[in-house]
Amino acid sequence: MTEIAPVKSIGEYVPMVDGPDKVSGRAKYTADFVDPGALAGRILRSPYSHAEDLQVDTSAAEAMPGVVAVVTGADCDKTFGVLPIAYTEYPLARDRVRYRGEPIAAVAAVDDATALEALKRIKVTAKELPAYYTIKDALAPEAILLHEDRPGNVERDVFFELGNVADGLAEADLVREETYNCAEVCQAQMEMHAALADYDPERDRMTVHASTQVPYYVHLMLARTLDMPKSKIRVVKPHIGGGFGCRTETLNVELIAGLLARKARGKVRLVVNREETFITHRGRPETEIRIKMGMTKDGRITGVDCETYQRGGAYGGYGIVTILYSGSLLYAIYDLHNVKYVGKRVLTNTPPCGAMRGHGTVNVRFAFESLMDEMAQELGLDPFAVRRANLLEAPTFTENDLMVNSYGLPECLDWIETASGWRDRRGKLQSPGPGKKKGLGMACSHYVSGASKPVNWTGEPHATVHLKLDFDGSIVVLTGAAEIGQGSSTILVQTVADVLGLDMSRVRIVASDSEVTPKDNGSYSSRVTFMVGNAALEAAERLKGVLVEAAARKLEARPEDIEVLGEVYRAGAQDTGLTFDEVVTEALRDTGTITVKGNYSTLPESRGGRKYRGAAIGGSMAYSYAAQVVEVTVDEETGEVAVDKVWVAHDCGKALNRLTVEGQIQGSVWMGMGQAMSEETGYYNGLMVTGNMLDYRVPTIQDSPPIETHIVESMDPHGPFGAKEAGEGSLSSFLPALTAAVADAIGIRFNDLPVTPDRVFAAIEKRERARAREAAKKGAA
Amino acid sequence: MSKTPVKLTVNGNPVEAEVEPRTLLIHFLREELGLTGPHIGCETSHCGACTVDMNGTSVKACTVFTVQANGADVLTVEGMAGADGSLHPLQEGFMAEHGLQCGYCTPGMILRAYRFLQENPNPSDEEIRWGISGNLCRCTGYQNIVKAIRYAADKMAAAGREAAE
Repeated sequence: MTEIAPVKSIGEYVPMVDGPDKVSGRAKYTADFVDPGALAGRILRSPYSHAEDLQVDTSAAEAMPGVVAVVTGADCDKTFGVLPIAYTEYPLARDRVRYRGEPIAAVAAVDDATALEALKRIKVTAKELPAYYTIKDALAPEAILLHEDRPGNVERDVFFELGNVADGLAEADLVREETYNCAEVCQAQMEMHAALADYDPERDRMTVHASTQVPYYVHLMLARTLDMPKSKIRVVKPHIGGGFGCRTETLNVELIAGLLARKARGKVRLVVNREETFITHRGRPETEIRIKMGMTKDGRITGVDCETYQRGGAYGGYGIVTILYSGSLLYAIYDLHNVKYVGKRVLTNTPPCGAMRGHGTVNVRFAFESLMDEMAQELGLDPFAVRRANLLEAPTFTENDLMVNSYGLPECLDWIETASGWRDRRGKLQSPGPGKKKGLGMACSHYVSGASKPVNWTGEPHATVHLKLDFDGSIVVLTGAAEIGQGSSTILVQTVADVLGLDMSRVRIVASDSEVTPKDNGSYSSRVTFMVGNAALEAAERLKGVLVEAAARKLEARPEDIEVLGEVYRAGAQDTGLTFDEVVTEALRDTGTITVKGNYSTLPESRGGRKYRGAAIGGSMAYSYAAQVVEVTVDEETGEVAVDKVWVAHDCGKALNRLTVEGQIQGSVWMGMGQAMSEETGYYNGLMVTGNMLDYRVPTIQDSPPIETHIVESMDPHGPFGAKEAGEGSLSSFLPALTAAVADAIGIRFNDLPVTPDRVFAAIEKRERARAREAAKKGAA
Repeated sequence: MSKTPVKLTVNGNPVEAEVEPRTLLIHFLREELGLTGPHIGCETSHCGACTVDMNGTSVKACTVFTVQANGADVLTVEGMAGADGSLHPLQEGFMAEHGLQCGYCTPGMILRAYRFLQENPNPSDEEIRWGISGNLCRCTGYQNIVKAIRYAADKMAAAGREAAE
């Protein structure tokens, strides 16, 4: 007889539960709901960057055969947004437009060609206003205001000084100051935005399928902008073709689809094109950073003075949170004491930015690590030594009250140092050919495992999971957690199966349909594994309790004597026990189908402090840590930089699924590579000129290096099984590691991103000219 | 607009239809035949999410008119599995090696890899990268996509050796 044992899946390499659908073409994304009964929706967008007295004449479009509904700003006088303190946008502009491409009107017609033709017949006039495309222009004293209640065109001013920076800098052996500029980048997820809105006129109900990371937020904003009770709305999230943060707030696409469907009293399929997806934006803002740092000769940081300006675009979005994260997450990676932070989130006439992967932390981490590295070099210190001189010791609270209980950064550093051969190879790499030079660089980064204070503070738990166990012995996980490709559904199935010792095939999952699944805040801030995972863990433990009680009853034993072996429950090794199906039958006797619930709430002490206004932002139950070494080859004749290899270590606590964790880490590093080396949005007088997949240059497979990935498991005391964040924390360290590697190769450090071949080439030429001048001077002397 | 009759084979099934000359193959497959496995990612032939196989060549179905496919033999991801429902080694490989996350690019990746492995059944990793460089993925960083194709190449080669023995 084979030994009966519970099946374990936590900590293994587990392929995703939705894999079969995704490799067969069965997985349905929003635009895949092709329905001959659905009308085709299209959006008319602003030709102005900034204008008022907007007049929209839709009469000719409405008169067109085949046009069923036309909506404009007149159809909705309710604003929307993501932060309750910043509902600043209308689904369709009313009177005022603030960026080129802002939706003005929309049409639902019998087919796409008719809808497109109808857009051409809508007449728009307006009085143009001065438009500001740069931080400097928007902040100029003579600039008019984009929003009357945002003086100076500043969405949020942040200031704090914790400790005493002047004293800190005075203690230093070396003080240096640098400025950095990171270009605006965006998610460029593969799936274009789409929404399918189905209005039931008899019942006055609305069902919306949307390509979103936050079905709950979409639900709230549909109710608000349609002025319908929340109970009349259903939001379904189908498969999602990537998010990376651009779908962590309600987008106008979903709301416009709702407005069209109600007006048409039917179903409208609104799939926006790639250019419109780019213009909907919500990417990472262009950021200017000035940072001043003091360091002792042994590498200890004595003070930091950081000033950050973000070009936020025309509306608030997540802006207030982004500019706060940039300050608060200076902390929680190193032991810092004297820190001053000034942040300005600036409103400009460009598409609104959002919460892109690594939200708020990436550009300041680039600046911070770059300066640290440069100062280490000046002091003759090894880049690893300067990081090790500033490590935290967990458990601790940082000076801005962030709670750090697990801290695997030291192990990350050790691994990348050894794996990359840093000590033997740095400075000794051979040139691979004429004009080519190689270099190594390293850097560290971190990220939150879910924002401890949710955007909508309702008093509910942060996460709720339901489990249904029925007569057939199958368990269904009901969750609002939005699977967007990151693997959240797989993690939740694993969690439940593992607690019960069952094969994962016993467990199914239904995710993100408000008619069936409990509410969830959504997939953002890397919260799902930690928060929803903990809720699933609690639910599974409860279900196990019910089954153990049933087995004890049937076996006439005490519950504490019941051994749970997955498919068998028994009272001691001598007992043949009951099969799982027998236990289920007993458990359902007299009560019927079983549903249990698990909840999770963050600890109050994890919700940040009160030392400055907005200090709650950055508060998390746990932080992930990452470190990476990047190896490059720079071609001095063409300015091309090739990344030859990356070694990355990421502390995600317990890796619940090593396969998907590694995938997340590699994807993060690679997305950091895009930002560091090639990605950059561009505008010409407010017109986006990079709104396609050629001009917005994401790296191809040919540009992409092998990424050697190592998992560090620091075992967080509060994470489910000890788990923390895995999908964002390794992004930002790529940027400074890349520029450090380039500096190591050619002696030029780039403070402005992306490091494109033309920038490298220009910098090399400038250096060569300077050298030639020096040589000429010497010759003349 | 006047319509043009087309006759083609899609996933082994004969298809007859009348289409507007401007109808792109990707729209025909998705909206007329309900084959929504091939996706639209860019509309400009840069991303490869719409890749299908046409007469033994990989094509990006967003830049092919349906009338150009008249008489053609077209294969989409829906036609990859065996008649008994068993997955193609590439489909297995993308799952087992985690060559997919969001899965949006996957049908195009699989179809391009399918043709590539017939062009080059025993490729190096570098050749795999070159072979599918017309397809973009935004999730994986590509490393596991290379592994997934390697998995399929190895499995297909082993099956070929077995058949030869």
